[in-house]
Amino acid sequence: MYLAVDLSFIIEKVILISVILGGSLGVAMYLTWAERKVAAIMQDRVGPNRAGPFGLLQPLADGLKLFAKEEIIPTFSNKFLFIIGPSLAMLTALMTSAIIPWGPTFDGFVLQVADINIGMLFIFGVLSVGVYGIMLGAWASNNKYSLLSGIRAAAQAVSYELALGLSLIALIMLTGTMSVKEMVEQQHGFWADGWFTWNVFKQPLGFIIFLVCSFAELNRAPFDMAESESELIGGYHTEYSSMKLGFFLFAEYINLFITSVIISCLYFGGYNFPGMDWVALNVPPLVFSLLGVVVVITKAILFVLFFMAIRWTLPRFRYDQLMNLGWKKLIPLALINMIITGAAILFWFK
Amino acid sequence: MSLDLIIFIVLSALTLASAIGVVITRNPITSVLLLILTFFCISGHYLLMNAQFLAIVNIIVYAGAIMVLFLFVIMLMNLNKDTEPQKSTMVQFAGVISGGCLLLVILMAFQSSGIELTQTSTTVSNIGLIKVLGKKLFTDFVFPFEISSVLFLSAMIGTVVLGKKDDDIATAIQDS
Repeated sequence: MYLAVDLSFIIEKVILISVILGGSLGVAMYLTWAERKVAAIMQDRVGPNRAGPFGLLQPLADGLKLFAKEEIIPTFSNKFLFIIGPSLAMLTALMTSAIIPWGPTFDGFVLQVADINIGMLFIFGVLSVGVYGIMLGAWASNNKYSLLSGIRAAAQAVSYELALGLSLIALIMLTGTMSVKEMVEQQHGFWADGWFTWNVFKQPLGFIIFLVCSFAELNRAPFDMAESESELIGGYHTEYSSMKLGFFLFAEYINLFITSVIISCLYFGGYNFPGMDWVALNVPPLVFSLLGVVVVITKAILFVLFFMAIRWTLPRFRYDQLMNLGWKKLIPLALINMIITGAAILFWFK
Repeated sequence: MSLDLIIFIVLSALTLASAIGVVITRNPITSVLLLILTFFCISGHYLLMNAQFLAIVNIIVYAGAIMVLFLFVIMLMNLNKDTEPQKSTMVQFAGVISGGCLLLVILMAFQSSGIELTQTSTTVSNIGLIKVLGKKLFTDFVFPFEISSVLFLSAMIGTVVLGKKDDDIATAIQDS
């Protein structure tokens, strides 16, 4: 019996995966802090400032608190499903990071876990499976508020996935590839052939649709129907306590970060930045790669801040408004965008 | 034994076990979850045959959309062990016998059809890749492809018609 396994390849990928997972968890931890600080600034408050300078140790204190709290599993609930709910939420939140190109290649070391040629479809796949965590957790809670929330979350996710997919189809038509890496490489630099290279300038309508749909997919205000604490107590995590609640909340912030990275990769050039050719000639390749990583994370953080600013600006939609927006406005708009893109490719870029 | 073969055996065992689980489990929610697991295993088989597009579409459409609706309905109806109707032993025997007959017929039909099973090479075959598949669909198979799209359209319109209340349709007909 002989197994052909390239050990160095596996070690390289394991290191990369650990760094990405650790990094995402760390970023998500500090996003909870950032969310409170942004809310505080927008509402003219101080925000967390007790633990450490500027309250920077607050996430650690919160984590410790969640770990130390009592775990409660409601009677009459399905224990297995009750535990698997938050686990699935966490798993799907972390899975999308596998196809993100984090920076330019140097010395054959690819800063991407897997460059699969159906990368875009992989994003859809993970998105569509992502709703199971909330649904199962909500059902297993054996609580009518949780169940209502789970059903809302599922209906919302299924409705907005359609518009999201249609807006991405226009992007795929334009770029002619489904690999996220190739898509980022096509947006090299900032300006070429008399037009911007970044996809946001080629697909402005598609970008707006994608952005609105990602708000809905993330269950964030103004689309946080699944949580809506004023009508559903806390929604799907009403019955959860301790670290299982922590997993749900944490998965939400990881999703927020990863989605922001994906938006910056698909529409805002990923690790590309103006004048990168000049920089590539003048600095060592390792520094250039790290600079690319810094650029992509900076873009992502800007999007995260935008998501947070919106959360503290707009009130929640009513449920029928949400469905109307999804089915009657965004889907036709995405179809029109697809037709315009197709016509433009046919007549202008022969 | 190559790595492919080991993965194939493990995956097949998992597929069969979860598929049997779908049928024999009493709890509808467990049944649905096992069916989702089965779909994932089948996607794994597609990946082994280098059909990445089929694999991911199987997950998006079946595991991601259709099964969510299944789960939705079962959760809303709040089915559980107590509400499942108890069938008599006669009916159970009849089910086993007719199921076994169906299996026999399918096996015989398969054997007598004379299809030769050729092993697809995982490295050379790239029929499942999205570029190849798209070109095939829009050149050799364009007619069946378009026909199936009409079928989908009629299914969509049918759903809307069925979903509307009767008086809605009546007023719509009167208005037109």
